[in-house]
Amino acid sequence: MVGGADKPRTIHPLFVRVTHWVNAFAIFVMVLSGWRIYNASPLFGFEFPKDFTLGGWLAGALAWHFAAMWLLALNGLAYLAYGLVSGHFRRSFMPISLRGAFDDLLVAMRGHLNHAPGRYNAAQRVFYVGIILAVIVAILSGLAIWKPVQLQGLTALMGGYEAARVVHFFAMATIVAFLVVHIGLAVSVKGILAPMFTGRAEAQR
Amino acid sequence: MKPPRSERLSAFRPQIARLERRLFLKQGLSLGALSLLSGCTLKDDDAVDRLLLTMSRFNDRVQAALFDPAKLAPTYSEADVTTPFPFNAYYEEQDIPVIDGENYRLQVSGLIADKRPWSLGDLRALPQSSQITRLVCVEGWSAIGKWRGVAFRHFLERIGADLTARYVGFRCADKYYSSIDMPSALHPQTLLALDFTEAKYGYPLRLRLPTKLGFKNPKFIGEIFVTNDYPGGYWEDKGYNWFSGS
Ligand code: HEM
Repeated sequence: MVGGADKPRTIHPLFVRVTHWVNAFAIFVMVLSGWRIYNASPLFGFEFPKDFTLGGWLAGALAWHFAAMWLLALNGLAYLAYGLVSGHFRRSFMPISLRGAFDDLLVAMRGHLNHAPGRYNAAQRVFYVGIILAVIVAILSGLAIWKPVQLQGLTALMGGYEAARVVHFFAMATIVAFLVVHIGLAVSVKGILAPMFTGRAEAQR
Repeated sequence: MKPPRSERLSAFRPQIARLERRLFLKQGLSLGALSLLSGCTLKDDDAVDRLLLTMSRFNDRVQAALFDPAKLAPTYSEADVTTPFPFNAYYEEQDIPVIDGENYRLQVSGLIADKRPWSLGDLRALPQSSQITRLVCVEGWSAIGKWRGVAFRHFLERIGADLTARYVGFRCADKYYSSIDMPSALHPQTLLALDFTEAKYGYPLRLRLPTKLGFKNPKFIGEIFVTNDYPGGYWEDKGYNWFSGS
């Protein structure tokens, strides 16, 4: 369903809105249960605070993780397929330029956000494509850890089982770092958040 | 416990995790395995727990479909073996069962033709093979070890097991129990291991299969049975995914 895509004031197609919020839910479950799994055998010298984890104990966390992974992967595939086939990626993320993203960041640091409803600025384009890639890396490294025998080619590609754990960790860290900025901007910049639910740009006051 | 030689933190993490598990074990007994799953409610018959369990059963089927009976786990060289190998069980290292090898008899039961018990001598008279493979723990750490013993497929054939049965179950001297699917039992790298570095890793008999997580490799095996009735397992009954394939 591409419901409102061709209505005049719709800046986010229905398909993108639905998959975005399903994805947000799936990512939260994956990250919070993943932190609890991490705590069972920490890779680095720290643990995540228990109260910020999901699942209660290792088996519970794994059950959440291995349930939500289907939601994340299937919803992600649907989003990718839609984005590629409908031209949404081309329209919204192209042209993409690191240089432009850098300029936008400088502008933003001087207190002016280069944000117009219905059009992603250069920094957003780079970050959105980047976060999509980070989620893909998280899923692939997760598969490499989950099935180091059946999918041993993939595990080898990640540098082996132990290296795949490290890749998986840093994919998570990248996603979390993105989310801090992404959510921070979504709730602080006026008129951005509501259209991600309604699809419609708010009338300029 | 001896400090591990390896600098990797993961090498001694299991001890901490084990302490945690013991705490949860207590809760598990009072609340039931179901309510432990989601960790968000304490009601027994919670909808979230049922959903998570349903997904876990679904994942069992997906993993069974993904399992390639001919695909071999990567093998390593002697130099890659992790020393010391991490000890891991639901109890502390000093609580391992001590078994007298002379009088030991492996019991075999269920859907098999020959129910005679096996002495260690009988098992050693069967063809032996060894493997150096990576053991991956459900906790996330992994270690490379060497195991030597009887190809499990050969043993199952020798006892006249119904190879079309669904499960092979294990009952152990440490009151641990587990079960695996028949295709994994018949995998060429599934070993009934008699030789490994130290008794604490399961003397006199343990199962070693690199196609499943560590907790699916029962130690101190006392009885092996073949069945079509889902036998569950010690951790599996507490909420770990049953198939837990690698
Ligand atoms: C509570 C959590 C989240 C909030 C409040 C949120 C908010 C938003 C908003 C308001 C937009 C539209 C921005 C604009 O119009 O300029 C957006 C787009 C986007 N968000 Fe999020 N988001 C959340 C979670 C996530 C997560 C977890 C991810 C990925 C891991 C993500 C990835 C994206 C992407 C890729 C886009 C562009 C979508 C497209 O047009 O195809 N978001 N988000």
